[in-house]
Amino acid sequence: MAEAISGVPDPEVPVISIADLGILRAVEVDEQAHAVTVTITPTYSGCPAMEAIASRIAFEAGRLGYSADVVTQLSPPWTTDWMTDDGRAALQRFGIAPPGPAQAGERHGPVALQLTRRLVACPRCGSTDTTEIAHFGSTACKALRRCDACLEPFDEFKAL
Amino acid sequence: MVYAQRLAEWMTNAPQIEEDMALGNIALDLLGQARALYPHVGTLDGTGRSEDDFAMQRDEREWRNVHLVEQERGDFADEMARLLWFSARQVELHARLADSADPVVAAVAAKALKEVRYHLDHASLWVVRLGDGTEESRRRMQVALERVTPYLAELFDDDAAVAAADAGVGVLPSSLRDAVRRRIEAVVAEATLELPEASTWHARGGRSGIHSRPMGYLLAEMQHIARSHPGATW
Repeated sequence: MAEAISGVPDPEVPVISIADLGILRAVEVDEQAHAVTVTITPTYSGCPAMEAIASRIAFEAGRLGYSADVVTQLSPPWTTDWMTDDGRAALQRFGIAPPGPAQAGERHGPVALQLTRRLVACPRCGSTDTTEIAHFGSTACKALRRCDACLEPFDEFKAL
Repeated sequence: MVYAQRLAEWMTNAPQIEEDMALGNIALDLLGQARALYPHVGTLDGTGRSEDDFAMQRDEREWRNVHLVEQERGDFADEMARLLWFSARQVELHARLADSADPVVAAVAAKALKEVRYHLDHASLWVVRLGDGTEESRRRMQVALERVTPYLAELFDDDAAVAAADAGVGVLPSSLRDAVRRRIEAVVAEATLELPEASTWHARGGRSGIHSRPMGYLLAEMQHIARSHPGATW
């Protein structure tokens, strides 16, 4: 059961599972009642994927003959530091630069102009000669960058 | 919720497609924060109201938002001026609410804090880029800072928040004023702009349900499907 639920893919970045993304917080199986309680936490408050993830968990549990209760927990807030090494490697293979370490508090003081100077390696050629071209990418959890060595644009999973 | 609705209007209207995405993502964060709080309020006040009840069934007088967020969308500089002040205030607010005596409020705030810091970052970058930019962008960014000025006092008005602050659940908005102002001053200085003097006329009343003309139109657009088809599901 734990394996089936851990393997549920993130609907927006399907190469990574909810366990590797760090949003699966707990799986409690009640063998007597054939029920499972699954605790998940959103990446961002407005993450539109939460409902899809909850219904996929219910589907996977149902296939094994269990009913599922999916609980959303906000505290402690999700951080990209919970992402596993396997998850990071999967993102990299998929062409998304994995997040660097999240830093407590604010990164750059009141006027944040150094974002583009952080070293992010291009997932395609490995060069760190990359530039942020948009603060927000195709989903809340990503920013858009360009590699100045191989000239390919790529998504970066933002450290949070 | 109201500012999420206003920001969502930028989708397909922003100067670049990247800004459509950015403002849409910021709106989504704010919507998510509201969604997390609404059912909690419905539990606390004993009405059992759902998030849809709060968002889609409340009349204008029942909304408690400040006038700043309900004002009609201006040009892009106007939006960046509004987003700068709003997110600077949200950063200070959520940083304090993370220690709220109410565990749900504290959890929502701790999560929201990470998000609104990024919003503030985004607005700051644009204010600096436009202010320290071309003659035209600089002029319009300066005008935008002046246009939002009458709506700022209400952000720090204590009227409706005293009881919650006394109970250790909320914070007094007036206690945020100095910290927010320091953040804005740093950005405005970096942008080589002038922070306008406080205006003589101030918007007031949003916290007690007295709104300005644009609010009714905003609600009509936001709520009309839910109200035209009560109980509809999809």
